[in-house]
Amino acid sequence: MARKRMIQAINEALAEEMARDERVILFGEDVEISIMGDTRGLAARFGPDRVRNTPISETVMTGMAVGAAAAGYRPVCHMMYGNFLYTGFDAIANQAAKLRYMTGGQITLPLVFMGVFGGGRSSAAQHSDAMHPLFMNLGGIKVVLPGSPADAKALLKAAIRDDNPVIFLQAAGRGGEAGEVPEEEVVATLGEAAVLRAGRDVTLVAIGSMVAPARRAAEEVAKEGIEAELIDPRTLWPLDTGTIVASVRRTGRLVVVDEARDACSAASHIVAVVTEHAFGALQAAPLRVTVPNVAIPYSPPLERRVIPDAARIAAALRRSVSAGGAS
Amino acid sequence: MLEAAPAVATNLSRDELLALHRRMLLIRRVEERLGDDFKAGTLPGPVHLYIGEEAVAVGVCAHLSDRDWIASTHRGHGHFLAKGGETRAMIAEVYGRATGICRGMGGSMHVADFSRGIIGANGIVGGGIALTVGAALAAQLDRKGHVAVAFFGDGAANQGVLMEALNLGALWKLPLVLVCENNGFSEFSPTATVTAGTIADRAAPFGVPGVAVDGNDLLAVWQAANAAVRRAREGGGPTLIEARTYRLRGHVEAEVTFLQGKYREESEVEAWRAKDPIARFASYLVGNGLATEADLVRLDEEVAAEVADAVAFAEASPWPEEGQELCFMFA
Repeated sequence: MARKRMIQAINEALAEEMARDERVILFGEDVEISIMGDTRGLAARFGPDRVRNTPISETVMTGMAVGAAAAGYRPVCHMMYGNFLYTGFDAIANQAAKLRYMTGGQITLPLVFMGVFGGGRSSAAQHSDAMHPLFMNLGGIKVVLPGSPADAKALLKAAIRDDNPVIFLQAAGRGGEAGEVPEEEVVATLGEAAVLRAGRDVTLVAIGSMVAPARRAAEEVAKEGIEAELIDPRTLWPLDTGTIVASVRRTGRLVVVDEARDACSAASHIVAVVTEHAFGALQAAPLRVTVPNVAIPYSPPLERRVIPDAARIAAALRRSVSAGGAS
Repeated sequence: MLEAAPAVATNLSRDELLALHRRMLLIRRVEERLGDDFKAGTLPGPVHLYIGEEAVAVGVCAHLSDRDWIASTHRGHGHFLAKGGETRAMIAEVYGRATGICRGMGGSMHVADFSRGIIGANGIVGGGIALTVGAALAAQLDRKGHVAVAFFGDGAANQGVLMEALNLGALWKLPLVLVCENNGFSEFSPTATVTAGTIADRAAPFGVPGVAVDGNDLLAVWQAANAAVRRAREGGGPTLIEARTYRLRGHVEAEVTFLQGKYREESEVEAWRAKDPIARFASYLVGNGLATEADLVRLDEEVAAEVADAVAFAEASPWPEEGQELCFMFA
């Protein structure tokens, strides 16, 4: 184990996968200089055939990734800010998510769209969305959000090796956050959640950027005798419903934390699935801790009010265990 | 913009010329059949016919092998057949059968055969352009001299992706040929009412050759494509070809059933019918002693038999099995 920043872990995953498979290519806006640091050094190491700056042309970039994947490469298309995925949305929603299906399985499309998501840095409304629910709804795209540097590395390596389109979204404010990363190679299995903390009283599901504040909230309420079981789905599509449902069957209570806007958030989907599959086990109404249905504001005190933090999560945990029947 | 040279001698043999004629005829007869089927109510979904534009697909695809890539449009049957896609598999696909090229998952607007370099028809106007940019990047990295060709319409020429593709393709010198089929209509709007300037001129600011060509003249298209494909194979980068042609059929079959008014005069359609690319090439062949009327009748009979065989095959084919609707999302 060594302590590494998330951005370093992502950089290592890219470098290792590019060294492992020469069909892996990387392109995007400013990937050569790398403003975030995640692609730094790759252009010098792998050369201009495999690492290329593109113009700020998201429409052609996303489509180009699909075409190059259909023609035998494994492109990683770096979109910088996740909000720019909207600009390149046609090729994601109408081509990448459907081309294999509508051609009867003739091809595989091994490609990764990557970018940062979420707020917390006063980047304001057009650079701060958590857009993963949109991609979950497409069906044909795997949606991956790491909650730690170790997972970022293991999940990105898995995403690059996967034969399907994958969206890999890293929380924007967390590139500098450090964590233990194993020295040996770890490749995650997409579609497998991780149980980060065992607990008997309430199931706490936290997504991507919300994993760290959820962990703090769980530790805080533990001092009050509330033991939360913390689960990071890691992959939102496909979603490991089995792990989450099994936990709720034990705890009888569910709180889901998601940096997406509330309506049709990943949290909403998880609550719906659990309610369908474990209704009889529920002792209290499931709770969602999400962003209200507003754009992300600029001013720091306003932004802090809309993005869930440890205090809001802890309050939801307390509310959950005090509601309904005895646990 | 460069005006393409008038059709003069190509180095094509008589057999090759007849094969091109046969390919145009095949597209025509397949589509006439599909039009009749739609009218009869036997097709599951809508069809957008390419009738009158056959010379473009055939003239361009004559230069391509199975290892070259094409992407096409919602009006994509012609490109599929011109690139060597199987008639049986295409008709079965449009019929929604298990033996269709896409096992009935895509239908008319998504006929594709990746084993022949056909990325496929596309239901999104301009949707194929960026896909061919990616295929051209792959071809460039492969260094085997393959190219990618995007077929798109005058409607798609008004999508921003064309500018992005011209810019990136020129910058990276991608082996890419952009073929705009200007058929006079963006769905139900005459091109002139929604399109400023000249489409072929849109290449010049990027240092890309822009060529306007008579899209109803098979040999003119063949020559323009010959130069563009060679330039792409040799590392010279993209070319934009504007093939001026005319959509003899509607945007979609049976459109009169839902349109309240007219968007063109019948006299205009008749004027273009007189410039039919197949009849025109037939008279070229006969006029130059390359074929007799009897040769052409024999070709037409051959094609009719191929279409009849494909229709019988499709009609006899089963529907896809229950459960297939949940397959193929992920590998």
